[in-house]
Amino acid sequence: MTVDLMAFARAVANGDIRVIDLTQTLSQEFPTIVLPPELGQCAPFRMEEVSRYDERGPAWYWNNISLGEHTGTHFDAPIHWISGKDLPNNAVDTINVAQFIAPAVVIDCSRECAADPDFALTIPFVEQWEARHGKIEPRSWVLLRTDWSKQTYTDYAALRDDGAHTPGPEPAVVKWFVEQRDVHGFGTETIGTDFGQGQHFNPPYPAHFYMHGKGRFGLQCLTNLHLLPPKGAVIIAAPLKIKQGSGSPLRVLALVAGGDV
Amino acid sequence: MIEPLVRPRRKNPLKRTRLPLRPQGVRSRTAHGLTAAAAEGRFALQVCLDCNTVIYPPRDACPSCLSARLPFRDLARGGTLIAETTVRTTTDPYFRERTPWRVGTVKLDVGPVVVAHLHGDAVEGGRVRLELKLDKSDSAVVMALPEKDTENMADDPHLREMTCDPKFRRVLITDGRTSVGQAMAKAFSDAGASIVFVGLADPWKPFSGMDDLRKIERVEIVPLDVTDSESVTELAEQNGARIDIVVNTAEHIRAGGIVDRHGLTIAREEIDVRYLGLLRLAQAFGPILRFRGADGVNSATAFVNLLSVHALMNWPAYGSYSATEAACLSAAQCMRAELRPGGVKVVNVFFGPLETEWFQTVPPPKVTPAALANAVVRALQHGLEDVFVGDVAEDIRQRLAVNPKALEREMAN
Repeated sequence: MTVDLMAFARAVANGDIRVIDLTQTLSQEFPTIVLPPELGQCAPFRMEEVSRYDERGPAWYWNNISLGEHTGTHFDAPIHWISGKDLPNNAVDTINVAQFIAPAVVIDCSRECAADPDFALTIPFVEQWEARHGKIEPRSWVLLRTDWSKQTYTDYAALRDDGAHTPGPEPAVVKWFVEQRDVHGFGTETIGTDFGQGQHFNPPYPAHFYMHGKGRFGLQCLTNLHLLPPKGAVIIAAPLKIKQGSGSPLRVLALVAGGDV
Repeated sequence: MIEPLVRPRRKNPLKRTRLPLRPQGVRSRTAHGLTAAAAEGRFALQVCLDCNTVIYPPRDACPSCLSARLPFRDLARGGTLIAETTVRTTTDPYFRERTPWRVGTVKLDVGPVVVAHLHGDAVEGGRVRLELKLDKSDSAVVMALPEKDTENMADDPHLREMTCDPKFRRVLITDGRTSVGQAMAKAFSDAGASIVFVGLADPWKPFSGMDDLRKIERVEIVPLDVTDSESVTELAEQNGARIDIVVNTAEHIRAGGIVDRHGLTIAREEIDVRYLGLLRLAQAFGPILRFRGADGVNSATAFVNLLSVHALMNWPAYGSYSATEAACLSAAQCMRAELRPGGVKVVNVFFGPLETEWFQTVPPPKVTPAALANAVVRALQHGLEDVFVGDVAEDIRQRLAVNPKALEREMAN
């Protein structure tokens, strides 16, 4: 089969294929994951001006930036979690680049999350979704639409005395995604791929444990998922080529056929 | 009796801001013995080891026996004001703007007669107590105060030139998330600051004490993250011209040494919060503070650094933290030189272990946040430059003066 890449380029240029940005702006204010203060912390995004057409550089403006591998909208590689530490090609620099382009299904649970920030995604919920939209095809990203990206930062982080209260998947459904649906990875709008109280699950942080244990990927801090169809979008998510990187901030783009939305 | 200070009217934004001037500030190396005492609020003069003569002004040889052994000693500060005069005109640009200015001669109980600036309530023929003060050029001068405190005493305009009293001034507490920051806000509100700006980073992160902080009178919460240059610059651009005192309460306290720590992540955070945070604040607020050093009753007056006393001698149990504090101390010394032209004091407040979460395993004596905050306010009210708060800080200061090498060895145990 011959592929007409030029037709693809023309479709992007003329809007027959729409390109949707699923990325949060990297800013100093955007929340970063919070761990107990005695543990190592992910660095927030910071920017220091090198010069701005001034005595430090007369005709040019540029910044030095600092951030963690898991700051802002970012990609999780299997090596991020202990369950994926011994897999081959498990870091952002060694993952086969073809895997950075893959289709996505979008499971909308925004209504349930609005009612309950502790909404946990279950197998029956996904089965109902499949009854409406068809089975999840192998090697698809599963993106969880919660509309969490539309919240204020306080409600987005949702930190209470007992930690974060944000929606996420139950252990069983993550295992099922990997083993029964052969998914490509799991993506969320929240600060992590896991349920806010995911440390109390067995195993703790199941989205990390099962996805990375089977060499699958994670995307978090996504936005604009409400602009995607339940099926049919193609995700371009290529992390920076960091030597043995566990993840990377990145620009996540979705390609959507004009008629789909 | 001193007329109570009136809360200054709002500044006319069309009026020119008068530039700060300084009195003559040159002192001999020996005379800086007075500076050292004034910086800590002590009263010290030279005493001849050979003939016991108390000497003023400072000299390199005893006027009585020519001995060169003339160490400074803390002395009783009582005396009698034997004569006074009022300077009504002068060619000195600093004093020209501040006449009439009273000066007098005081016969000290310990011997010498000194020329002193006079507090308004110091009466000719009456008893006075002398204090060494740092004037607007940061040099030691003698000021005669009434022997017993009088009403509105701190409001005396001459005395206020020598102090950084928070009354009617606007203060910025850089981090309100910590218990020290919260205690500081309370102490400055109680001391009569007219606005207490309290910085808060990551407002989406809840913390204990938030509700109480908001309830403190005249507290205004402002977004400020000392690790974020843009945030610091923005606050200075918006409010810098109405901040007269900056108190940097941003802290990063973690146990752990240099060799005995795993990796640099925590060290980087320490340096980012403490050292680079200080630099960000200094660059954003320093120029405007210095510019406003003579801007009326609520002129810019001080930048306060809270420093671990282990900036002076490393404490290996908190070794990396100590090293960062030492960097901050060095930066503060530079800031002093840079802010001096504006008459803005850099006040270093050294403290030992605090009664806070990050010193949980350290046995007492520890400094409570309230004690630290009160010490800061008192230091500003008295115009001090170096303050040691609590038993541990005082102990380390003394041991350092006697035998730094012994202290180094002892800190390791």
